[in-house]
Amino acid sequence: MTGFDFGAIVNSFPYLAKGMQLSLLLTGLSALGSIVLGTILALMRLSGVRLFQWVGATWVNFFRSLPLLLVIFWFYFLVPVIAQRQVDAFQSALIGFVLFEAAYYCEIMRSGILSISRGQAWAGYALGLRYSQAMRFIVLPQAFRNMLPVLLTQTIILFQDTSLVFVVGLADFMTSAVTVAQRDGRLFELYVFCALVYFVMCYGASLYVKNLQKKIHR
Amino acid sequence: MKYNWNWGILFTDPYFGWLVSGIEWTLIVSSIAWVIAFSLGSLVGVARTVDSRPVRAVATAYVELFRNVPLLVQMFIWFYLVPELVPDDLGRWMKRDMPFPEATSAILCLGTYTASRVAEQVRAGIESIPVGQRMAGLAMGLTVPQVYRHLLVPVGYRIIVPPLTSEFLTIFKNSSLALTIGVGEVLMQARQIENYTFQGFEAFTAATLIYVVVTLIVVFAMHKVETKTRIPGYGVRREK
Repeated sequence: MTGFDFGAIVNSFPYLAKGMQLSLLLTGLSALGSIVLGTILALMRLSGVRLFQWVGATWVNFFRSLPLLLVIFWFYFLVPVIAQRQVDAFQSALIGFVLFEAAYYCEIMRSGILSISRGQAWAGYALGLRYSQAMRFIVLPQAFRNMLPVLLTQTIILFQDTSLVFVVGLADFMTSAVTVAQRDGRLFELYVFCALVYFVMCYGASLYVKNLQKKIHR
Repeated sequence: MKYNWNWGILFTDPYFGWLVSGIEWTLIVSSIAWVIAFSLGSLVGVARTVDSRPVRAVATAYVELFRNVPLLVQMFIWFYLVPELVPDDLGRWMKRDMPFPEATSAILCLGTYTASRVAEQVRAGIESIPVGQRMAGLAMGLTVPQVYRHLLVPVGYRIIVPPLTSEFLTIFKNSSLALTIGVGEVLMQARQIENYTFQGFEAFTAATLIYVVVTLIVVFAMHKVETKTRIPGYGVRREK
């Protein structure tokens, strides 16, 4: 094996940067969508309505027993069939990620909501708030704040998981690195660089989360 | 929506056999990888709790390294890069004579990756044991290795049965990533059936059912193990 050829990385930098953009965009949109959907599912699981509880629990247990890769394939295949037209792989991957990750965010939000003392909601009722208002103005903001570190950790995992769109040929950061590696025959440089970039980003983010956790639970 | 349903296709000649062999590969890869993950993970987890600073640092570095790089990247590195990086003779053997190169790489990758997650659970288990127990052991004249062997590790394991179950399920689900380097596990076979017959709906439904059923079986079996190994009077772990 010859020395580490930085040129291989420098030359393809714009292409790799574009891949990273797609990875980050997919992470951001999926996180946003699945936190919203996950919160709704958590509220369903905690509502008094049997049917809602059942839907929430089934959703969570079903998606958590499947590999993300299978879900990506499902939607890659299913979305165009349902929509009756060609659908961009990005959109079908996004749908898959949102529905899948919502199951995980749901459990985080559920424990967040459960961590808020009941007296808080009662105080809200005593002030004349309705259930929905008490949730919106009192319980959920606190639950979000308490769970922020865990939500962010899950988002770091989600960021790593976006590399799986490789299987549907979406040019995210990982896929771009593999493409360049094969095109230039520079496996060593590109794979190491790819691993290093992911490591620095994820480790850096996890250090930030650790700090945040200390601040919140002070 | 125009789609020709044909559920029977799953049970016709080559396709049924493909699914069965897919299940076999999934189970083989995930169970061998689990053995690596469990033993290596226990070692690293214990190393994270010992007094020696350098040992702790190495163990922490291991966990952070494997946890912060996507599994797919690791899979590619194990399969394409490791044979190039090891000494020449070993590399040549890996490329030419190693049996089932894809599956072996996948097993090593899943095993070492999951070990970092198991290590965190083992560490949490050991750290949750009141420090008085360790002191009691030492006061009785046990050496530190003996305290670990007879006290901290066995008790720690019994505390972390539930999270270990979910780690096993994680390895089982993650084994699907092995398809990217050509291991013929369940998902790979389902895709192959889709490619050959265009019955994607049936093929993916079959894969989905296989994953759900195996998950249910594991959860059920581990629930039994959990009630058996639960330490009386320890923690409040009963689900409401």
